[in-house]
Amino acid sequence: MQRISELIRTRAGELLESGAADQILGWENGGLAYDPTPAFFTADNVAGLVYNSFCGINLSKYLIEKTKGKESGKVAALLKPCDTYSFNQLLCEHRIDRDKVYVVGVGCSGMLDVEKLKARGFKGIKGIDEKDGRLTVHTLYGDKSCPKREVLMERCISCKGGGHVACDEVVGEELTPDAAGNRFAGVEKLESLSPDDRFDFWRGELSRCIRCNACRNACPACSCNKCVFDNSRSGMAAKANSDDFEQNMFHIIRAFHVAGRCTDCGECSRVCPQGIPLHLLNRKLIKDVNELYGDYQAGAAPDSRSPLISYTQGDAEPDVIYERGGAR
Amino acid sequence: MQKVGVFVCWCGSNIAATVDVAAVAEAVRSEPGVVYSIDYQYMCSEGGQSAIKNAIQEHGLTGVVVCSCSPRMHENTFRKAAAAAGLNPYMVEIANIREQCSWIHKDMEEATQKAIILARTAIAKLHLNSPLVAGESEVVKRALVIGGGIAGIQTAQDIADCGFEVDIVERSPTIGGKMAQLDKTFPTLDCAACILTPKMVDAAAHEHIGLYTYSEVEEVSGFVGNFAVKIRQKARSVRGELCSGCGVCSGKCPSKKTPSEFDQGLSNRSAIYIPFAQAIPNVPVIDRDACIKFKTGKCGLCAKVCSAGAIDYEQQDEIVERRYGAIVVATGFKPIALERYGEYGYAHSPDVVTSLEFERLCNAAGPTKGKLLRPSDHKKPKTIVFIQCVGSRSDDGCGKTYCSKICCMYTAKHAMLVKEKYPDTEVYVFYIDVRTPGKNFDEFQRRAVEQYDVHYIKGMVGKVAEQNGHLRVQASDLLADRQIVIDADMVVLATAIEPDPTARSLGTMLTASMDQNDFFTEAHPKLRPVESPTAGVFLSGVCQGPKDIPETVAQAGAAAAKAVALLCKSKLLGNPCVAGSDSMLCNGCSYCESVCPYGAIDYVYKDIIEHGKKELRRVARVNDAVCQGCGACTVTCPSGAMDLKGFTTVQIMAEVDAICR
Amino acid sequence: MPVKDENKADFRPLIVAFCCNWCSYAGADLAGTSRLNYPADVKVIRVPCSCRVNPLFILRAFQRGADGVIIAGCHPGDCHYTSGNYYARRRMTLLFSMLDYLGIERERTRVEWISAAEGAKFAATMSEFTQAVTELGENKRLGDIRCKEYLNS
Repeated sequence: MQRISELIRTRAGELLESGAADQILGWENGGLAYDPTPAFFTADNVAGLVYNSFCGINLSKYLIEKTKGKESGKVAALLKPCDTYSFNQLLCEHRIDRDKVYVVGVGCSGMLDVEKLKARGFKGIKGIDEKDGRLTVHTLYGDKSCPKREVLMERCISCKGGGHVACDEVVGEELTPDAAGNRFAGVEKLESLSPDDRFDFWRGELSRCIRCNACRNACPACSCNKCVFDNSRSGMAAKANSDDFEQNMFHIIRAFHVAGRCTDCGECSRVCPQGIPLHLLNRKLIKDVNELYGDYQAGAAPDSRSPLISYTQGDAEPDVIYERGGAR
Repeated sequence: MQKVGVFVCWCGSNIAATVDVAAVAEAVRSEPGVVYSIDYQYMCSEGGQSAIKNAIQEHGLTGVVVCSCSPRMHENTFRKAAAAAGLNPYMVEIANIREQCSWIHKDMEEATQKAIILARTAIAKLHLNSPLVAGESEVVKRALVIGGGIAGIQTAQDIADCGFEVDIVERSPTIGGKMAQLDKTFPTLDCAACILTPKMVDAAAHEHIGLYTYSEVEEVSGFVGNFAVKIRQKARSVRGELCSGCGVCSGKCPSKKTPSEFDQGLSNRSAIYIPFAQAIPNVPVIDRDACIKFKTGKCGLCAKVCSAGAIDYEQQDEIVERRYGAIVVATGFKPIALERYGEYGYAHSPDVVTSLEFERLCNAAGPTKGKLLRPSDHKKPKTIVFIQCVGSRSDDGCGKTYCSKICCMYTAKHAMLVKEKYPDTEVYVFYIDVRTPGKNFDEFQRRAVEQYDVHYIKGMVGKVAEQNGHLRVQASDLLADRQIVIDADMVVLATAIEPDPTARSLGTMLTASMDQNDFFTEAHPKLRPVESPTAGVFLSGVCQGPKDIPETVAQAGAAAAKAVALLCKSKLLGNPCVAGSDSMLCNGCSYCESVCPYGAIDYVYKDIIEHGKKELRRVARVNDAVCQGCGACTVTCPSGAMDLKGFTTVQIMAEVDAICR
Repeated sequence: MPVKDENKADFRPLIVAFCCNWCSYAGADLAGTSRLNYPADVKVIRVPCSCRVNPLFILRAFQRGADGVIIAGCHPGDCHYTSGNYYARRRMTLLFSMLDYLGIERERTRVEWISAAEGAKFAATMSEFTQAVTELGENKRLGDIRCKEYLNS
């Protein structure tokens, strides 16, 4: 990881110097060792550009604002493979001006979930070294070690693959995480429960929501100029306690709004302060779409057509759920 | 806050017998915004409409709710009344407390409670209504008639006589349809060709009528007043403008083994052929599947003998694109296939024939030159059995549930024609009922029994089987309460009729609704029998339901009148309940554009000022004239920028809230 | 929230039916003109096309106290607006699957294709659906999916 970080920093400098880009979109160190934050870099501060296994943030969403307007220059964006799917999806929806972005693909062998590290008792993390799939975690209390595979983010366990579906160049080589999980394992587990158990599970999860809207803010598909939940004419915009409809249905409605557009980037679950497994809602919709209407990956190409704005004459009837779906 | 007037209709006793209308009017008086609430006997009457107009003026109403029959009945009536009093017609909402309340439920308390809820729902929606203004669109002064049988010809003539351009598109090489195949017509026993062919000639000669024969409608887009239609003119392989109609080509054609469609397969025709002698246009067609030249490259005799040089083997299908203001469907019918009726022996014996085949056998221009001869051995039949209701009125799943309407009359006609020409023939008719509702129909049928000694037996035929060169007919005689067996020489099946097979795909192209039997549905079964619910599409003839020639001609004229009423307009008031996008909220994601069936949405770049910043944004723009108001875009829009006037998101939510209160 | 009868035997469900103007609403009218019966628990909301029905209307109905929601549209292939019901079909299938996933009873939602000529089918469908929802009882789950206390009261 150290090596790639060096390569990226050098390349970023080159791009800025040659004028190929006016700004670099990447990550810089945050307050702690494990929370790098998105930042824009110019020649003055490009030395602060970092890339490590805590860089889970999907940067594609920042390009929406950045490429608006005639005055904006060219941005070189560092995108991991999963980020490039979001990038393509936003291109499909005409939200990003492709000409203003130079996509630099960066290899990724999986991002770390700091909660999993903490759950192992690794406190006071100062830094991480990786070698051959093994992590050496430098903490205030000494060095600890563990296999990288065991502390990967949920979404990395079922990685879509190391290939960048949109890029102008790749720095370093393309990598893939050492994990081959079933993307729909969580969904299938829930489906196998009884309806009562399913309901209890979701009630337990969704009742913890504090409506911080972090999931919405982080989600690349949730990039509307004015969100439905802020639009008084949508019939479901209200803050906090004034209208219980929105409170109760927020998660289902949001899942539906991004259906067919969600690239399964996992940001929603990553940013939720309450740890609600929102990806289980989105993946359920993806699984249904795959099974009923053919495999579809949003953002695989910059011009793909969401299954929710397509149809065939032989589509399944809605009563198909009596034969499939969850256990009875 | 709106000032709402509520009018609860008794509809005589239709509503008042099961719904306590006074209680409904009372219950909604306390709803927010309601300043006036009454019940009245007949809201759609002059008195009722005046009540609305007076209330609007006296109480300064800004919105009106009428609790009455279905909006599909009288929404327009009440809208016009409101407009006459100076209120925007779209500030009117209807609560359906008749078809969906008083006529469904029996218990008065339940029905009244439901009526109150429906009234509240309409009031809640009305509070969010906006005074919409209808846009205008042009009317193309040309009509399209699809189908060139008697219905299509009559409609086209009537429209053309009013001075409007009409095009007839007919699938077969000639106009005339099924009527041209008939021998005589009931109840007058007129010769079908004699009354039809002058009409066919008139249609061809009329300055306002254009004929597209051997053509099919391939694509229809657009909407009332402005349909864009693609017509495929199939290649006849003959240049119509050069052909003189001499007929030498079909005489010389060596390929003579193709069954003639016009003769229902009872005789053969050549590969290059004119369907019948009086065909219009009198230009032959080469059946490329039967033509030796097209199959093997050898022959070409017709081109050699044609003195006008009209044969053109290279001719291709041509697509013609035309615009029309109104479309009339007149696609007609065909007899059903009989494979589910094996008990009548149709497939096994050539002497078991359908009624249309029998018609050809009687016809002087038919396969036997008008002599009634058995198809098997060309002998004269001595005993003929007619079987009615073959495939009609059937609830066994094999045939059609409906009555085909024309069979009782034509069977009586056939029986009398036989007895007229060959008085010593024994003629039996097996019937379930004899239906003769038209003018002079009953007298006609009784002549067959009383004057011509046709044996009418009430009973069904169980089986027809060949035995020793005869057809053994086993049947029941219900009035005599016994089984009978007749050895017949010919059996004629009064086959059920069904809509032409092209009707369904045409219905999809026009988005004109059809029922399960593939008959086109009318806008209202009693009051609007010649209009499809789809604006601008009219119905003429059997495509709408089984009927005989007098009814067809009557309906054809009615359809023409409706079409002319549309074509006469200088402009059409559109439907103002169209979609619209709020540019401030629109992302420019193009999802709405992808789902619009009419291509009514495109994208433009607009300067948007928000939070003091000016930005050039790509936003959706709806063409009001093209939008039909389905709402697909509204639901697809992720940001909620798109909304549908008249059925806005907040309006529907208000209705949901009012019901679930 | 409407006050519902605690006694299951007297329970009358609240059914919201979204009907498209061209086919199913006309079919409902035909059921009326033919004087067929179905329960008064069904209340119809008219929409121009089944594609106008946003999943959020259905969720709203449930959250406001409806016990069953049925969407009726033209038969696929016969949509007055050509393709509206195809989109509705996909959307509703995914919505119902999602509701099932959350543990909501499947019988509370339904899509039925009813043409303008099928008055009898409309009445029969509404009767059947009301019966099925009555057997399920009151909809508690979508009333307040987030609040544990209300559900146990």
